Amino acid sequence: MTPPVIHADSLSKRYRRGALQQTTLLRDHLSRALKSPLSVFRRPKHETFWALKDVSLDVREGEVLGLIGRNGAGKTTLLKILSRITRPTQGWAEIHGRVGSLLEVGTGFHPELTGRENTFLSGAILGMSRSEIARKFDEIVAFAELEKFIDTPVKHYSSGMYVRLAFAVAAHLEPEILLVDEVLAVGDINFQKKCLGKMGDVARAGRTVVLISHSMAAINALCSRCIILDKGSVEFDGSTGEATARYYAESLDATDGADLSTRPRKGNGKARFTSISVQPLDSAGRPLDIAYPGCDLSIDVELNCTSDFAPANLAIIFYDSAGYRVIDTNTAQKGEFVSLQAGQTAKANFLLHEVLLRPGKYLVGLWLGRQIMEVIDHIEHAATLDLIEGEESSQYAIVFPGVYLCRFEQNISVIQPSLSEGARL
Amino acid sequence: MASLTASTPSAPLPLHSGASATIRIEPPRSLFEVRLREVWAYRELLYFFVWRDVKVRYKQTAIGVLWVILQPVLNMLVFTLFFGRLAKLPSDGLPYPVFYFAALIPWTYFSYSLQSTTNVVVENQRLITKVYFPRLILPVSAALSGLVDFAIGFVVLSIFCFAYGILPTLAAFWLPVLLLLALFTALGVGLWLSALNALYRDVRYVIPFLVQFWMFASPVAYPSSLVPARWRWLYGLNPMAGVIDGFRWAITGRGHAPGLLLLASASAVALVLLGGLFYFNRMESSVADRV
Repeated sequence: MTPPVIHADSLSKRYRRGALQQTTLLRDHLSRALKSPLSVFRRPKHETFWALKDVSLDVREGEVLGLIGRNGAGKTTLLKILSRITRPTQGWAEIHGRVGSLLEVGTGFHPELTGRENTFLSGAILGMSRSEIARKFDEIVAFAELEKFIDTPVKHYSSGMYVRLAFAVAAHLEPEILLVDEVLAVGDINFQKKCLGKMGDVARAGRTVVLISHSMAAINALCSRCIILDKGSVEFDGSTGEATARYYAESLDATDGADLSTRPRKGNGKARFTSISVQPLDSAGRPLDIAYPGCDLSIDVELNCTSDFAPANLAIIFYDSAGYRVIDTNTAQKGEFVSLQAGQTAKANFLLHEVLLRPGKYLVGLWLGRQIMEVIDHIEHAATLDLIEGEESSQYAIVFPGVYLCRFEQNISVIQPSLSEGARL
Repeated sequence: MASLTASTPSAPLPLHSGASATIRIEPPRSLFEVRLREVWAYRELLYFFVWRDVKVRYKQTAIGVLWVILQPVLNMLVFTLFFGRLAKLPSDGLPYPVFYFAALIPWTYFSYSLQSTTNVVVENQRLITKVYFPRLILPVSAALSGLVDFAIGFVVLSIFCFAYGILPTLAAFWLPVLLLLALFTALGVGLWLSALNALYRDVRYVIPFLVQFWMFASPVAYPSSLVPARWRWLYGLNPMAGVIDGFRWAITGRGHAPGLLLLASASAVALVLLGGLFYFNRMESSVADRV
């Protein structure tokens, strides 16, 4: 067996909670110092958490390793440590070979500079030498299909052109070890296929790749081995097939038949939700193992009444990861209201058709109340729904911006004879 | 652009690995592990950062590079009018325009470099969180990119002196030394401030006052001969005092060689620069988590 090109030994990284977005003003320190002068000599206490805990791994030459896991599982932190952007709190790692990392499309691009200038700048920042970029320049421009616009400042580019150029530069990086974070999730589908092809070439050329992706299709297509990270630790390390199967199964666990008695809630407590289960179904009503964009969802809710209440509205609410309310289905919309007496229990079933939300994690919340008059029970996070893009839903596999994945038909025709206009874009 | 495409064949830069092929990743340990050799390995990227700064700075301005000349010239006119003609400050026998312009060229370079060095880490925070390179090359590139402006200003200054019939003397050989001193002063103080700026954004607001105060603490608007002799040594601790006095002397050949004053300045700069390197290095290991 060849020796590992990446060897990591119990890498751990501790962050201060909230440290990532805070901008400190001296004022905060001064006001603290004025309130209790002695505190200046103490290190301020911050809540800390381990973004990564005791992660050990070996990656051998030519291996394409996939890193999967939920948001906040530590995938990006691990990649940032391996690419030396941040340093571990504990543990160590050794990497043998030239490392190129790609954590963002368009690293170092400057809007005022032209495509040509940005190619050199971004290439240099990603680690290419000037002569190397000059040698590959024509190839890069051809790959991006931007020959005509290469001397235009990139601030005039469309987002598609920008991404094409940025990726073309990155794709021509020739390190021995390539570390890639979810960068495939941009651009149009044809260009994505081209990029996947280019990355496949990299893998076949015997280079080592570590790749983060939420796209199981990409992971399945590229990776020979997969690691599942969960809460900063390695949960699984093995074949890609097994890993993706496990990942699917877990995403379902989190949505199933949750006991709600310990959930944080608001409301006067006249009635309380006791359980929720979210079952994905296919279009024929058969239960599915995973939820994917466009499936149906059958949601069962049970509630227990301890004190009589007047007819109330029962709502099931979906929030996306940014906290936006993306779906609000409720009984009032159908002109129905729930009314219970003390000691009664009730069951409710909602069937949601074609949940065409983009892939990702959603919180399912429950609400029972009488509009602004009273809130009886409200649980913001009753269940988690992971919409996963799988091969079976590959027509939705690309994460474009936007919340809703509308089903659509398309028909494109070229109108003659305004050729010159078409050529100008 | 031509300079880029027609590049000279050079050995490929070791891709993000410094000189050796094995990278060891460890928690930050020593306070004093300043890796200057790595900065050297990344000199091409340093060049690109300087090139980007220079290129971007005047890209959207209508008269572009003309600003480089206009800024010190306008300042010189204001100084000549108010400090010279109205306040009648002495100018050590030099014509006011030359007296002020010879000081403003190094001063403009210094104040610009100090400000851009201070802000460079915060301005490139996106880059810092996305890709690795020795962070030290950011402030170094900021200090270097002002040199282009300086060079242009210096040509104007030379023409100016010539017009006033002041010809270069042997003292002009001191100019590179003085310029280097100004560069290291800006870099040394800038290293402290850029690291502090990543921690406390207050620094950004303090800078304009600091620069203004520093200018009045340096012989830009007045000759250092106004400073009482027994306070000279203290005055010399301000490196820019030595630089500006030295500049006037090196360009015009009149007045005294800065001598001891310059030695005091150089020692002060060495201390500040060394401390700045260590402080910046301490910040560097955590800067991607902080900015």
